[in-house]
Amino acid sequence: MSARRAVADRVTGLVRKQWFWALVAILVLLAINLVNDPTYLSVTVNPQNGNLVGNLVDILRASAPIIMIAVGMSLVIATRGIDLSVGSTMVVSGAVSMEFLKDANSPESVGVAAAAIAMALVISTLIGVVNGLLITVLGLQPFISTLIMMLAGRGVAKVITSGQNTNARNDPFQWLTNGYVLGLPVVFVLALALVGLLALVVRRSAFGLMIEAIGINPKASRMAGIRPAGILMAVYMLSGLLAGIAGIFAVGSVMTVDVSRTGYQMELDAILAVVIGGTSLAGGKFYMGGAVIGSILIATLDKTIVFLGIPASATPAFKAVVIVALCLLQSQRVRSAFGRRRTSVPPTATPTAAVAAKEGVSA
Amino acid sequence: MSAMLPVVQMKGISIAFPGVKALDEVDFRLFPGEVHTLMGENGAGKSTLIKALTGVYPIDSGSITVLGEDRKFHSTADAQRAGISTVYQEVNLCTNLNIGENLMLGHEVRGAFGINWRATHVAANEALRGMGLGHLDSRQSLASVSIAMQQLVAISRAMVTDAKVLILDEPTSSLDAAEVENLFQVLRGLRDKGVAILFVSHFLDQVYAISDRITVLRNGAHVGEYLTPELDRPRLVSLMIGKDLAAFASISRAATSLESAGATEVLLEARGLGRRGRVEPTDLQVNVGEVLGFAGLLGSGRTELARLLYGADKPDSGEVTMRGEKVSLHSPVEGLSNHIAFSTENRRDEGAVGDLSVRENLVLAVQARRGWARPLSRREKDAIVDRYMGELGVRPSDPDRPMKNLSGGNQQKVLLGRWLATGPELLILDEPTRGIDVGAKAEIQEAVVKLAEAGTSVVFISSELEEVVRLSGRIVVMKDHRKVGEIVVGPDVTTQAVVDMIASDSPPSGHTMAEEPA
Repeated sequence: MSARRAVADRVTGLVRKQWFWALVAILVLLAINLVNDPTYLSVTVNPQNGNLVGNLVDILRASAPIIMIAVGMSLVIATRGIDLSVGSTMVVSGAVSMEFLKDANSPESVGVAAAAIAMALVISTLIGVVNGLLITVLGLQPFISTLIMMLAGRGVAKVITSGQNTNARNDPFQWLTNGYVLGLPVVFVLALALVGLLALVVRRSAFGLMIEAIGINPKASRMAGIRPAGILMAVYMLSGLLAGIAGIFAVGSVMTVDVSRTGYQMELDAILAVVIGGTSLAGGKFYMGGAVIGSILIATLDKTIVFLGIPASATPAFKAVVIVALCLLQSQRVRSAFGRRRTSVPPTATPTAAVAAKEGVSA
Repeated sequence: MSAMLPVVQMKGISIAFPGVKALDEVDFRLFPGEVHTLMGENGAGKSTLIKALTGVYPIDSGSITVLGEDRKFHSTADAQRAGISTVYQEVNLCTNLNIGENLMLGHEVRGAFGINWRATHVAANEALRGMGLGHLDSRQSLASVSIAMQQLVAISRAMVTDAKVLILDEPTSSLDAAEVENLFQVLRGLRDKGVAILFVSHFLDQVYAISDRITVLRNGAHVGEYLTPELDRPRLVSLMIGKDLAAFASISRAATSLESAGATEVLLEARGLGRRGRVEPTDLQVNVGEVLGFAGLLGSGRTELARLLYGADKPDSGEVTMRGEKVSLHSPVEGLSNHIAFSTENRRDEGAVGDLSVRENLVLAVQARRGWARPLSRREKDAIVDRYMGELGVRPSDPDRPMKNLSGGNQQKVLLGRWLATGPELLILDEPTRGIDVGAKAEIQEAVVKLAEAGTSVVFISSELEEVVRLSGRIVVMKDHRKVGEIVVGPDVTTQAVVDMIASDSPPSGHTMAEEPA
């Protein structure tokens, strides 16, 4: 009996987790697709190279860039900040790497690919540094600072590519997104590995604790001797670096940077993924795992929209409906309404109180 | 009076939170035209009872009768409609609006074209006059008046809503003596008009000055209801804590024995330390192992001076030496690295990190000093947690509970532990005993004395002069942002000496009245 109790406790604990509903939403979306096409979920093994092929694999691949920026965003949001420039950082990163690969013109060279990646990541991190400086040194609001960088970033990308969509060929670079390792897309495995590494650093050091302390009570954190400037700087740098990686993932599959489409409005996807994952926009406690699940949900949603053939003009509305429904399921008020039904209060009480109040005033 | 019907009658109120019975069959009644004080230690259930009466918490069992009607409150709006108004410890007004707007918010006078602001301000001024606050102009910005005045505006607001019952939760905790008297005059006026007032305060003097009746709670249970004249102080305190006052007696003895200890070594010396508009340049000396009191009225600069000593605010004049070496104290980080710790008077905004656990709150300052890259090991954290939760008697003794779920007194103990864990040479305590109960107060005072005995210097700031005099070996008296003198506490020094110094017209150059004997 006590075993059953423990299982029940574990189930209620799971349901209380914010990301639980994101998991449910992913399953619901997959189920809808399955109804439309009974073979939707089938994953086959390519007989030639042993790689997995199927819609699920595509979803995982598409989720990788979102995971990168969402995890960075979760740290930023935890400090009561926001980073609106991640989408633009992605396109800058993509533009830098594509231009470099195009100029180098050595399709087989691993060294050239590494140099392109390094350069893209340095510049992405620099964008994070500028954000951090605007926020910590000049004391601008994160919203404004990163909004500036969001507009400036896409402009910089256009300057880098002279306004053209640049494409290049480099096989090692493309392998990062289109290749397979252990049968899974490299890009997804890499994204998970990076998140795991970051989580280890954040949670095993006191970095996460300080981020949360600053987000919950900045004044008290300062009084306790935490230097908010250093932590904020590190967080925006990390967000820039991760957005740079996301940019490489985003351009790698087609080996083209589209200066007006790459990373476009991805900051919104990242914010949604973070919120769906249970991190409050008010800052404080953050959940990197939740952000990963939120990202996979966004990717599933994107693929579902395409798969169901929803017209492009209706896509934002469809996305909005799903997200609103999810947020309602997660909201404290809706959940406590479900909870209250069990402890039930007599519904007659309210009118009595109102009548009594009237009398009270006239007395 | 007993022939009257109570305006509020609460019977057999029980409220349980997960794992705790916050209220257990508590009775409470409130008569019109009386001030009824609710007394009890932190965690006794005072706040919970008030929240039950104001509709914040639903009650599990029992009944609430207001003006003869059975009520079930589902929200604070229900309670307000029933004529119950509450003024909380922290003033809940909008400082960016003016007084009239705050007063009339939701009750603006409306004309044909929406709100008639002129008529609204006329009504506001009338309400202010009715409260004896005729000198305030309703068009003045609320931020421009003192906290005390804001509190009175909050009470006036409660009266605009025509409340039959006024609940005041710790209204005096940020007021000085004159302001408290002003508040009490207003309260007496309201009482004479037939308003029932529920008052909560930790200041015994104030409780005896204002209340007609006292109800005592302990551990969520009803201890008794007494008429104030029939309940003397020692008995009240022992009812609250459930034991007698031996703890206090031993503390005062410790303080006197400390004062007689001979050789003095200077720990910190400040010369001309000041910040424009906050503290005029001040000379100050803190000796090793002494308790140095800062006394003065609220706003006298005592907190501001303490903040300069830690680096919470940046000084713009003067210099500080520690053990003869010049130090820079321009940020809390520098204060902390010079082994200074500062426990703020503003526990909610500058102390507690509510959503973090007690454990994380305890280790925060130590961890901050080490930097994020060198995390404390599980064992080191446990050592800090075990030591300070035990020594300071933090209740409940579960380190994984979120800080925000602890009562004020226990949060204060956790914060004290946070600073002690950094091993400070100088510990600055700004109002460490404000808003906490007698038992916790005694424990914190005891901790201060023990620290000083162990060689830590303590700067002790409190609005309760009696407490400053009892604990300190030496007192710095502040007035109008200036140090007006020092008093060496001997057996014959009483609070009167401090009051006299504050009251006297001091010479403009200040700090010359009494010097530390060599």
